Amino acid sequence: MILEIRELTKSFGGLKAVEEVSFKVMPGIILSVIGPNGAGKTTLFNCLTGALLPTKGKIFFEDKDITGKRPYEITEAGIARTFQNIRIFGKMSVLENVMIGQHSRSREGFVGAVLRTNGFKKEESEIKAKAYEFLEFTGIEEYAETRAENLPYGYQRRLEIARALATEPKLILLDEPAAGMNPQESIELMTLINKIREWGKTVIVIEHDMKVVMGISDKIVVLDHGVKIAEGTPKEIQSNTDVIEAYLGKGFEF
Amino acid sequence: MNALLFILYLSFLSLPFMGIKGALWLLAVAYSAYIFFLLIKKSSKAIKAVKLPHVRLDTKILYALLLVLLLALPFGLKDYYIDVFILAGIYIILALGLNVVIGFSGLLNLGFAAFYAIGAYAFALLAVKAGLGFWGALPLSLLITTISGLILSFPALRLHGDYLAIVTLGFGEIIHLTLNNWDELTNGPNGISGIPMPSLFGFEIQRLSHYYYIVFMFVLIAVFIIRGVYNSRIGRAWLALKDDEMAAEAMGINTTKYKFLALSFGALWAGLAGTLFASKMMFISPESFTFMESVFIVCMVILGGAGSITGVITGSLLLIVLPEVLREFQLYRMLALGTGLVLMMVFRPQGLIGGRK
Repeated sequence: MILEIRELTKSFGGLKAVEEVSFKVMPGIILSVIGPNGAGKTTLFNCLTGALLPTKGKIFFEDKDITGKRPYEITEAGIARTFQNIRIFGKMSVLENVMIGQHSRSREGFVGAVLRTNGFKKEESEIKAKAYEFLEFTGIEEYAETRAENLPYGYQRRLEIARALATEPKLILLDEPAAGMNPQESIELMTLINKIREWGKTVIVIEHDMKVVMGISDKIVVLDHGVKIAEGTPKEIQSNTDVIEAYLGKGFEF
Repeated sequence: MNALLFILYLSFLSLPFMGIKGALWLLAVAYSAYIFFLLIKKSSKAIKAVKLPHVRLDTKILYALLLVLLLALPFGLKDYYIDVFILAGIYIILALGLNVVIGFSGLLNLGFAAFYAIGAYAFALLAVKAGLGFWGALPLSLLITTISGLILSFPALRLHGDYLAIVTLGFGEIIHLTLNNWDELTNGPNGISGIPMPSLFGFEIQRLSHYYYIVFMFVLIAVFIIRGVYNSRIGRAWLALKDDEMAAEAMGINTTKYKFLALSFGALWAGLAGTLFASKMMFISPESFTFMESVFIVCMVILGGAGSITGVITGSLLLIVLPEVLREFQLYRMLALGTGLVLMMVFRPQGLIGGRK
């Protein structure tokens, strides 16, 4: 079990954005979280990554309780994320963006930086080399020196994934990675997500694009109004009457 | 169109200083200059056709030349100008320190003169009252300023942007008022006098040019250290923090720790600048560390280009040296500074030598 969520609740005032949600994630799978707008998907992600403090419930990552930890501690533990509204470091180069991802995996401090010690130089070149690897993996290495904000939209999404991978996570959370992409780009993205899984990472995706969801998921969790209404394989979800009625509407067919 | 409006604005500004006649003159001169400029621009196609030989200068040679020039500077200059350059050096260190806070980490600090003051007073008190001498008091004064930076960090850590600016502004005022009113320790508005100048290996400083070299050495050390830190994972973490705090945290950066680091590392350089200032002037009083001083330092950073070390050095040099050189036009100093800043923000918001904003 890489991740276990137990009765997680997050309320904002009177509104329960996430209510008593529990599920488990086996290592090496792709799990999709779906649900209509406002179902609490991103709130769930924010609780998992420490950006929000859960009101109730527990989160276990590799059997360790990570509830209430700061985001950087959770990243250090091995969970990385991307954001729904892209949050790359726009003024920096693509390469530097990915180099920042290596922050928690590097150690050199003030003394090394000022004196340019051998240890420092070695670590810097390792960071750079690894950053290039992640850029190649996501297919944007030719833009390494470009200012990140000047990247085309689809590549900005890839950069976010590259940057998240650079934190060397075991589990990666992708928040609507296909949002705003054309069908061709979506297909490429599916290939990329599959590649990440084949590399041995566990992936949790929030996604609206049903083609993407049904195409890549091993397991799907459906949220509606903050409550988990179904969980299962794509096949099971497609034939689940609750899901079809509550979320997709009557008469919907995949 | 912008240019025409701007000339009109400039003439209007000069009205109180130059009278109606003067303002009209300025208007006429500026307009003719503008038309002349347009004509040149039109004929620039013809000028472009003339190819200039492409000269490539090795940056290393350039730096070496600059170093020699700066080392030789005191020989050709009157004491008065050496004095100006010493002051410029002190402000460069100060602005570089503030650049760490504003330019690298994006934390707007409007009370930076407070650290400058703490450095100066800590040094002065240690040197005069405890009789520690320059090299004994210097490290302690740096330590005290750094710690004061840490103390300010506590309320500042939870704040961003405008709110942080107000807190730092308040901090600056508190320090200024404390210095002014704590008579037993700081001697109040009368200040502290008799601060010693440094001696180097038993060699007493007697001439201004010697002090020039000491300041020059400290500027080099500051540039060297700040550049090193900037080009490392620490510098990258600061840039990330400035760009997007939430994303930075998600990248595994402990944003609290790096804010601490930025504020106290910046304060350290203010402490050094304060120490150098105190021992250069041999006398300090709260008057030197007002809110205007903080604003002036912010101007240096913004004008030169926040985030760029070369830019900040240029900005400080311009703001110190130009007013001294143009002493005759002293009346217009603040006007020119104001107009210059307005122009910069409109046409070149990233500063003269833009960093990454």
